[in-house]
Order: sequence, then C-alpha cells, then structure tokens
Amino acid sequence: MSPQKRFKNVQAQNRTSQGSSSFQTTLSAWKVKQDPSNSKNISKHGQNNPVGDYEHADDQAEEDALQMAVGYFEKGPIKASQNKDKTLEKHLKTVENVAWKNGLASEEIDILLNIALSGKFGNAVNTRILKCIIPATVISEDSVVKAVSWLCVGKCSGSTKVLFYRWLVAMFDFIDRKEQINLLYGFFFASLQDDALCPYVCHLLYLLTKKENVKPFRVRKLLDLQAKMGMQPHLQALLSLYKFFAPALISVSLPVRKKIYFKNSENLWKTALLAVKQRNRGPSPEPLKLMLGPANVRPLKRKWNSLSVIPVLNSSSYTKECGKKEMSLSDCLNRSGSFPLEQLQSFPQLLQNIHCLELPSQMGSVLNNSLLLHYINCVRDEPVLLRFYYWLSQTLQEECIWYKVNNYEHGKEFTNFLDTIIRAECFLQEGFYSCEAFLYKSLPLWDGLCCRSQFLQLVSWIPFSSFSEVKPLLFDHLAQLFFTSTIYFKCSVLQSLKELLQNWLLWLSMDIHMKPVTNSPLETTLGGSMNSVSKLIHYVGWLSTTAMRLESNSTFLLHFILDFYEKVCDIYINYNLPLVVLFPPGIFYSALLSLDTSILNQLCFIMHRYRKNLTAAKKNELVQKTKSEFNFSSKTYQEFNHYLTSMVGCLWTSKPFGKGIYVDPEILEKTGVAEYKNSLNVVHHPSFLSYAVSFLLQESPEERTVNVSSIRGKKWSWYLDYLFSQGLQGLKLFIRSSVHHPFPEQRA
Amino acid sequence: MDSYNAPESTPSASSRPEDYFIGATPLQKRLESVRKQSSFIPTPPRRKIPQCSQLQEDVDPQKVALLLHKQWTLYSLTPLYKFSYSNLKEYSRLLNAFIVAEKQKGLAVEVGEDFNIKVIFSTLLGMKGTQRDPEAFLVQGLILSPRLEYSGTILVDCNLCLLGSSDPSTLAFQVAGTAGACHHTRIVSKSQLPSENREGKVLWTGWFCCIFGDSLLETVSEDFTSLPLFLANGAESNTAIIGTWFQKTFDCYFSPLAINAFNLSWMAAMWTACKMDHYVATTEFLWSVPCSPQSLDISFAIHPEDAKALWDSVHKTPGEVTQEEVDLFMDCLYSHFHRHFKIHLSATRLVRVSTSVASAHTDGKIKILCHKYLIGVLAYLTELAIFQIE
Repeated sequence: MSPQKRFKNVQAQNRTSQGSSSFQTTLSAWKVKQDPSNSKNISKHGQNNPVGDYEHADDQAEEDALQMAVGYFEKGPIKASQNKDKTLEKHLKTVENVAWKNGLASEEIDILLNIALSGKFGNAVNTRILKCIIPATVISEDSVVKAVSWLCVGKCSGSTKVLFYRWLVAMFDFIDRKEQINLLYGFFFASLQDDALCPYVCHLLYLLTKKENVKPFRVRKLLDLQAKMGMQPHLQALLSLYKFFAPALISVSLPVRKKIYFKNSENLWKTALLAVKQRNRGPSPEPLKLMLGPANVRPLKRKWNSLSVIPVLNSSSYTKECGKKEMSLSDCLNRSGSFPLEQLQSFPQLLQNIHCLELPSQMGSVLNNSLLLHYINCVRDEPVLLRFYYWLSQTLQEECIWYKVNNYEHGKEFTNFLDTIIRAECFLQEGFYSCEAFLYKSLPLWDGLCCRSQFLQLVSWIPFSSFSEVKPLLFDHLAQLFFTSTIYFKCSVLQSLKELLQNWLLWLSMDIHMKPVTNSPLETTLGGSMNSVSKLIHYVGWLSTTAMRLESNSTFLLHFILDFYEKVCDIYINYNLPLVVLFPPGIFYSALLSLDTSILNQLCFIMHRYRKNLTAAKKNELVQKTKSEFNFSSKTYQEFNHYLTSMVGCLWTSKPFGKGIYVDPEILEKTGVAEYKNSLNVVHHPSFLSYAVSFLLQESPEERTVNVSSIRGKKWSWYLDYLFSQGLQGLKLFIRSSVHHPFPEQRA
Repeated sequence: MDSYNAPESTPSASSRPEDYFIGATPLQKRLESVRKQSSFIPTPPRRKIPQCSQLQEDVDPQKVALLLHKQWTLYSLTPLYKFSYSNLKEYSRLLNAFIVAEKQKGLAVEVGEDFNIKVIFSTLLGMKGTQRDPEAFLVQGLILSPRLEYSGTILVDCNLCLLGSSDPSTLAFQVAGTAGACHHTRIVSKSQLPSENREGKVLWTGWFCCIFGDSLLETVSEDFTSLPLFLANGAESNTAIIGTWFQKTFDCYFSPLAINAFNLSWMAAMWTACKMDHYVATTEFLWSVPCSPQSLDISFAIHPEDAKALWDSVHKTPGEVTQEEVDLFMDCLYSHFHRHFKIHLSATRLVRVSTSVASAHTDGKIKILCHKYLIGVLAYLTELAIFQIE
C-alpha cells in the first residue's frame, strides 16, 4: 500500500503545480492506477467464485463500508484529524471499488455528486469522486439538477466543471428523465461562453436540443461564437442540428470527410458504461438514438445530381417552413403534432403515428427504409406516389449504363441500385410503375448481358396489365434477345416469366377477393384479366416450342419449361381463378418422349394436377348450375383427354400409336423396331429402361442376360413399387389417379 | 415478332387500351403515355413552324434581353412539389444561405444575413405558350462587390464565334457553302441588371419554363408545378449547388438534356423555315467523325438565304414541317456536300446546328439569337424535355 500511496502523493503534487491544464496527465495517471486494481479485483473474483457464501458475506461487508464512506463524505472533512489523509484515502478506495464493480445506487450518486461539486474537499478528491460516480442502473434527474445548481454557486474549479460535463455527456442515456434538465437549456447554453467548457457543453446541448429550443437569438449567438472561434467541429455539429430543426434560420454544410465532431467524453468510463448497459438490458427501455448523426450529412458526391444514388432521409420541414407567412392554421396544427421521420424506429411507432408522419423531403429516400416502404405501400395519396414515381424513373434513366451511352464505368453502382429496387419490390410484393416505364424505354437498347439477373427480375415484377398492350413494348423485344441468345439466357427468361405469371396470379387472386379496392390499376372485368393471363401463357408456350426446336430438345431447357407449366396447371385450385390452359403439343410430346426420367416424372405430375384442376372445375360447374362466363370450353377437356390417352398409351397400355400419337406406319416400319406397337410402356420407355434393368438385376443379381419383357403380371406391380420407391412421385400420383380408376371426364 | 399468333384470338379482338384506363389515376395516365411514346415513333411526324406573334406582349423586354445571346445548358426537370410563386422572396433567402454555406464548407451562416453573394428569384411574366402553362421564373446569382463604385448598366459581351471550332485541338476545316460568303459577326448586347440597392456581377443565371407543356400538365395534380425545361448559364459547380437545393426542397430531379442528331436536324429545318427580316448569322452545321487518334470535325456553312431557298424548294405543307421534309432537306445538303468533297455526311454524326434563330449543340447547349422566335424555340425544347421525363 505504501509505495502506491507515495506514488499518488507525487501525482497530487503534480496536479496542484500544473493547475487545470494538467488534466490529461491526471487522466493517464489515474488510468495507470486504476488498471492494476481492476485486474486484482477480477482475479480475486475468480478465486472467490466457488465459495458462494464467502462472496455474499464479502458483498455485505462492502455494502457497509460503502455506507460508512458515503456517510464520511457527507459529514465533510474533519478538521485537525491526525490520520485524516488515511481515512479519506480508505473511504475513497471503498467507493471506487464498489462503483467500478457494481455501480452506485441513485441515492448514493445524489450524495456524492453533491459532495463533489460543493467543493467541501479538495480538487483532487472531487475529481476522484466524479470519476467513480457510475450508476448501478439509472441516475435520477433531480440529482443532476441539484448538481447543476452547484455550478452556479461557483464553488468548484474549472477542471471539476469540465469533468462534470464530461460525466453528464457520458451518463446522459442513464438519466431517468430529461424534462427538468431540458428546462435548464438556457443555463447550459450560456456556459458555451467558457472556452474550456465549450466543447463539452456543445456535446451536451447536441444531446439535449429539441425543436423548441432552437431560437433565433441562440442561432445568432452560436454564429457569433463561430465567428470568434472559427470552424470548431463541436460547434459545427451543434449548428447542423440547429439547421436540421430550423432550416429557415440557418444553413450549414458539413465537410465531407469529417467523422468525429466531439472529443470522446466517454472514454473515461468506457468499461463502466458497458457494464451499466449490460445491467440495464432487461427492463429499462433502450435510449433513443441520436437524431442526426453528423455522418448523415451529404456523403461524397460523384455527380452533383446524385449525392449517392438514393437520397438521405430527411423530414420535409424545409418546404413547410418556407411558406411561414402564408402557413395556414391547419398546417400549424399539423406541424406541432407531426412525427419526425428520424425518430421512426419500429413498426408499432409507425402504426401509432401514421396519420401525422412527416414525409421525407425527397421521396426517393424511402427505398432504403423498410418502415416507410410499408407506408408507401398503403398510402393512397397521389402526390406521394407521383413524387416517388418521378424520382425513380429519372434515377433509373440517369443511372442506367446502357441507356446513356457514356455511363459504363458505373456498372457496379447501377447493379447495386437495381438490387435495392428489387429488394424493395420483393418486400412489398408489388412492382413499381417507374420500373415498368423504365423497361419499356431501355429494353429495346439492352444487350441481354448487362445486369441480366437484375433486369429479368424487374421483368418479373411488372404490375398486372393487359398483355396485348405490353407485348409490343416488352415481350417482342425480349423475344428477339431470347431467340438469339444462349440456352442459359433462355432458361433465365423462362424463369422470370414464371415469376411474372406467379405475381400476376397472386395479384389477381387478391384483387378478386378484396373487391372493394377503389382504384385498382385496371378497371376491367375478371374476364379481361383472365384473357390477359391466358395470352401470357400462350405466348410463353409459343416461346418454349420455338426454343425447344432451336436448342434441339435440350433436357435442361425442358426442365425450365415444365417448371413454368407446373404453375400453369394449378391456377384453378391454387389461386382460385377460372383458368386452365394446357401446354402446346410441341412441349407435351417432347416431354413424353424424353430420354430423361425426371422430365417424364415432372410431366406426370403436371398431368395429374391438370386432372385435379379440371375435375374441380367440372364439379363446380355442376354444383352452380348457372352458366357463368368462365365455363371451360369442351375443347380444353378434349385436348386434355387426348394428351391423357397418349400418355396412358405410352406408359401403360403399350399402345402408343393407337389413339394418341399418329405416325405413318411406313415410317415406323423403317425404324426397324420389330414390335413397335408394344414397345412403349413404363418398362420399355427409353427413360425407364434403365430402371427396368436394375429392377431385374436386383431380383436376380447373378443373371447374365435380362429380359425386360418378363416384367408383367405380379412382377409389373412390384416393378411399379420399385419405381415409386426411386422417388418418382409424379409418376405415382399420375398412375394412381389416371390408371387405376376409370376416368370420369373422358366423356366430357 | 411477326410469326407469333396467339392461338385463341386474333390481335384485333383484344381489349383496347381505352377500356383499361377509364378514370385512371394520374400515375396510370402517365404510364399510359409512356406506353404510347415507346410504342410509336417518339416524335409526331409534323410540327408547326415557329410563328413570331406568339411571344406575348407583357414580357419584360429587359428580361428577354437577359435570355438572348447567352449559351444555356439544358436540363429536364420533373415537376416541382409544393412550389409556390408567392414564396419567391423566401426561397431566395434560403437558397442564398444554402449557397454561401456550401461555398464555405463547415461554416454555418444565418439565413437572411447579407452576403457577398445574392440570389434573386423573379418571374418571367408572359413567357408561356398557352394560358395553362405555369409562369416561367428566373434565378440569378449575383456577386456583390462593395468596391464597385459606379452604378448603371454593365456591358455583357457576348462573342458569337460563328465559324470554325473554338477548340483548337480539333481539326476543323471550313467549307464554303453555296454562296460562299461566310463572315464573322460580333454581337455586343447591353444587358440591364435588375435594379437592386447594390450592383453586382451576374455569376450564374438559370431559368425554368414550360411552353406548350399540355401533355405533362394533364398528368400531374395541383401540388406540382410543371416546369420541365431548365436552362442554366454559369459555372457547373454553381448549377450543381443550386440544382441540389431545388432537388432537396421541391423533390424534383434534374437531368442533363442532350439533343440527338435526329432532333438537331429537326431544329435545323424548323429554324431555317422561320421568316427573318435580316439574317445575323450564317447557317452552319457541324458534323463529327469519330476516328482515332483525333476526331474530325466537318463544318458546313451556308448563306442563310440559300438555306432558306433550299428549304422553300422542299417545303410543301404551309405553316408546318413534316418528317419527310426534314429528311429531304438534310439529304439535299448531304448530296451537295458529296458532290463537292466525296464525303458521305450521312455516315457521320451531326453535333451542332446554328442559324440566325438559334444554335444548338448535341451536348445540350443552346443559344437563342432571335427575339421573335424565342417562344417557338422553347416550345420544341420543352417537348424534348417532357419526352425525357415521361
């Protein structure tokens, strides 16, 4: 103990000799001292851990010691005491230990603050006390107000004042309420005069300022200070906050690269603050974040037109403030009750304030804010949407790297921008009109490579509209690229068309069931919409048939095509929309005669779903009896039955060329297949042949030659079970539904 | 794609757009107009030849003088949200402070304080095509110099360099036109600054206008002020600051308005077609040949009366200009040039057109010379601007 004490005495001498300027040195010295004690504390803690009782007793003892210490300080220094220094040191040590370990209760803080600022003890003691005032959970507002009142008396030294302000800034979040403190705004503001205090007071004011605190005379005072002291970062930050609240009074533009505006007041208490935050995690509400981080202001700009592509979120107080003189009463009322965007943090907040939300000054900024996207989604206010529309269309047009020839170096940025838009569209499950307009303009110029995935995703989010209207603007251009590009491009186009169909269907099924939507995009009948969807499906059918020919029946492509039809076949049941469109023969027969089992399996599944949908439609027709306009024509049923017959012929009855497929017998003779009439079924179909062989080998592994024709009778059903066990669920469903039972709709 | 036919219905049986857009909101009308634009040729095949009588009587001649003989950079501008003509004073105060704050980064300034930079908003009364067009307005940035003792007018010297390229790095050669007479003209105009307490030098000028902007006006609600055409004269950095302020305050969007060769040839035809009492400048075309290492510029100057004579020979429909006439007019120029120099100009890119009415550069620069046809020139530019923001 004694060497340390001597060390401290030296420090104390230092302090007195150097006066207030030695602040930094004291700080470092204190740290040096603090650190070992801290580590000792921890190690002690580690030893004690297994012995719970002991620790408890220890806590109790500590508590008593703390009470004594606080009592000692409260009474004030006892004059002419022999071992005054020693006792003081002991008590100080106790307080410091407890404070850093567990924090102090708010009553203790109240007393200690009082002592530290009343100047009962010397400067050194005050400093030490202030440094260890760490709350266990919260600090009561009253104690802060009392402490501030001591500042007015002028009993404490400059350095103590500085330390107090630093402490106040650091502990600001832990003060339970701030109304009373805000009433002292004028006092704090006046303290700006003091050069030493100014940076810390600025920081405090930055935390404290509310809109009503910003007054013209204060603005002028700050500007005077600025004139006197020059460009000080802390002053800049406060001024920019003032500008934020009162743009009609003050204007400031922060330099671009500046990040730190305040001297870090917290680093004295860094570890302690973390601990307090951890203790507080539970019940106490998270303090509100700073409203305006200085980083919010103007990022580095590339072009003047786009600071970054998406503007920063800012309330529109600007425009409102502008017409001050002409401001109507309702505007005034609106303003007082309005909710600044910067405080919007959570969805419940949005719901509570949705009627009085201050809209951003630049509507484009909503793109980065999911809460505001919600708002945009439900708002029916035309100006809001129009502002967003204009911003987005123009930005897309300006940023698009192929629309304006000279833009190629910003490809990355444009890709990111498109990604942001797509994220927003997915989030809202709705396409933007601006994107549609952008597609119309830019698609004819697109090379099919730039931002391909983003661009095709935009296509899939085109809002529902009349197909025949969109076709010449969009799909005809897309088709040109489709036919001239690689198979991968074809697949991705089909993929995005599938998504487009899905989005349209979802939208339509919602629209039908929520009829009262007043201004739905299209004032049209359900029949019109269905017509449009069916045209889209037919169009994709045409695209895929041609693509199959171009890519010589690629299996890969066929997968994507069948994926599309997996959506199509289920429209009636999944989306409750009266539409069944079958696939074109070019797709059906390619799939049926494919060499790939998974294709055939998928085809079986689709046929099964078609069957379900058609049966359901038929049933509904019979139930309703009324002739609605959406009765499917018998043509659809006939077509389906024709497909079904071919399929059953090919997979089951081994009569492929009877009813279904017609091939000239002469050609069939030429193939040289002896028994062509019976050569296609679930055993002989080329895509199943390997299954048949491995089935037979499984039965009799030692067999040298296998005769697949031996699969019949009982073996046939074992074979089927084997196929089903191989994961051919589509086939299973198809055979269960279409083969084992009579087909009721065949006679339809 | 022609080969495509919807299996179930013929294209004509499909529902017509009108069925879909009855009672549509402005946003849908907007989309509809975009569709129309994208599906047809962007420009209508015929336009009126600018008439001299259109400029309305109540335009302040001093203000008009400010607009003429200056090189303007063109921008298109989306409608301004909550812009009010009654607040122009307030706007100028705010913009003033914004500019000063922007110029001295980091230093805050009080709004309404006296700075050495002053911004003045003023309306250009009568600068409109129809009564529905919103009023045009002018923004001037003045730099006030207290040292300036004298008061009165300041001479603004506008040198019109009519022939040859001003950029010495480009290889330019001149071709005498049909008449062979080319001459430099130097125009010095006196421009009066708006009378203020302190005189200052105009640092930056910009103005917003909308001439015959009906197609845009139909689709926006009353919260918006549609002034699709913005013209700026002054340092790009100043335009940037002022544009940013407008974008922030009125949620609008500026984008540079380039004029493509197609529109330039329309301008050439329309401006040649204008009746002039006397010609102040040669009709001149500038083509650019992109070849390495240096691009080659071809300048083709024609005596304006010859150009007019050529136009009259191709012109058929009175009072109007049609696409065929424009094409024919340009073809005549091309073939004439080819006869003399064996160069196919149609393979190059038209980058500048200058006539006695106005001159335009493909980069979106324009200079209007003729007071009589000011509105006519602006009407076409408005049309281009609207096309860009649609």
